[in-house]
Amino acid sequence: MLTLSRPNESAAPRPAQGLRKDMPQVTPPSRHVSPQTTWMLLVRDNRDRAAFGLLFDHFAPRLKGFVMRSGTPAGQAEEIVQDVMLTVWRKSAQFDPTRAQVSAWIYQIARNRQIDVLRKENRPLPEVLAEDPDTEPDASQILAVDQENRELQNALSRLKADQREIIEKAYLGELTHQEIRSQTGLPLGTIKSRIRLALQRLRHELKDMR
Amino acid sequence: MTAINHHTPDAVLAAYASGNLAHPFALVVAAHISLCLTCRAGFEAHQMAGGAILDGTQGMGISDGLKSGTMALLDDPAPVEVSYARTGVFPAPVMAALKGKPPRWKSLGLGVRQSILSEGREGSARLLYIPPGQAVPDHSHNGLELTLVLQGSFSDETGRFGVGDLEVADQDVEHTPTADAGAPCICLAATDAPLRFNAFIPRLLQPLFRI
Repeated sequence: MLTLSRPNESAAPRPAQGLRKDMPQVTPPSRHVSPQTTWMLLVRDNRDRAAFGLLFDHFAPRLKGFVMRSGTPAGQAEEIVQDVMLTVWRKSAQFDPTRAQVSAWIYQIARNRQIDVLRKENRPLPEVLAEDPDTEPDASQILAVDQENRELQNALSRLKADQREIIEKAYLGELTHQEIRSQTGLPLGTIKSRIRLALQRLRHELKDMR
Repeated sequence: MTAINHHTPDAVLAAYASGNLAHPFALVVAAHISLCLTCRAGFEAHQMAGGAILDGTQGMGISDGLKSGTMALLDDPAPVEVSYARTGVFPAPVMAALKGKPPRWKSLGLGVRQSILSEGREGSARLLYIPPGQAVPDHSHNGLELTLVLQGSFSDETGRFGVGDLEVADQDVEHTPTADAGAPCICLAATDAPLRFNAFIPRLLQPLFRI
């Protein structure tokens, strides 16, 4: 069974990096959820302010860098960071660790907020998929999501600078769908296969939800 | 519900997740994801990639008071958000575009009706109601065009599109979609070309009759 450690104990060991560059796919499976997931679940289930503070410390500086890179002027950036973090607190019930990593969930909140501010209109959002309240959270799924996220980050870190820049541009909202489509010829196989694996798992996971 | 066979292309899902899709198209994609688990999975996979980018972003120094200021706001009441539920054949994002009201259909002749949801520089989104056997009004093919079936079905040279199916057309596609027999076909359609159906009658009949 999954055990959630308290935030101050949760400095989960990160896989050693750079030691075995020849074996990039082998990340030892972790039996611990990531600290971010732990904090987020404490926020969601216990309304834990200390855990929220730790989430804030981790994400606020990254969010500021992120929203400024995707076109928000410095003066507005902190306002958006605050809005995003407040949304994380208020909508924590929507966080589902069996489907999304905390960073994925916060990424979408941040992009939505930026667009709403930029265009002064609400971005159309899909229906929220209601989970059966009786289903037990599947600990192995939570670990699988964390694991996938680590693999994805490792794959990203191994990209050449110019390749990484294209991926970053796409997810910062700087590429149109035609531009994204035309990038298919680039050697982005690792990232794509990572996304595809995530996709397969998500499809499987979602199938059980209806 | 029958299986969905025509999905949102991956590049369009990625553009939607990253927020680089014009509002009318974002509405259609949000509606399609509401109906299609395959595309929801694709959407969430792109969110995951976006999250990895966010996590790898170089952090920037934040003002001293930002954390304490945010913590102090945690107990404040959240701003009231109106939420809309799926109603009949209309998924929640369409109900939001309709502001919770039933569509205000305007006749285009021959039993075809439309209800414009949004119209602007970014393009337009509207609902179309097409009786069986009638042609779906041409959306003029100057750019991208997304059509999501909400009720009934239509067919064209490329195949049959039933409930939940999304047709993607651009200037390369020359097609004449026609509503199939059975229930009237209701579609959500978005285009980045200007709408022509508000013009005078001959203009209006042109796309219907292809004269």
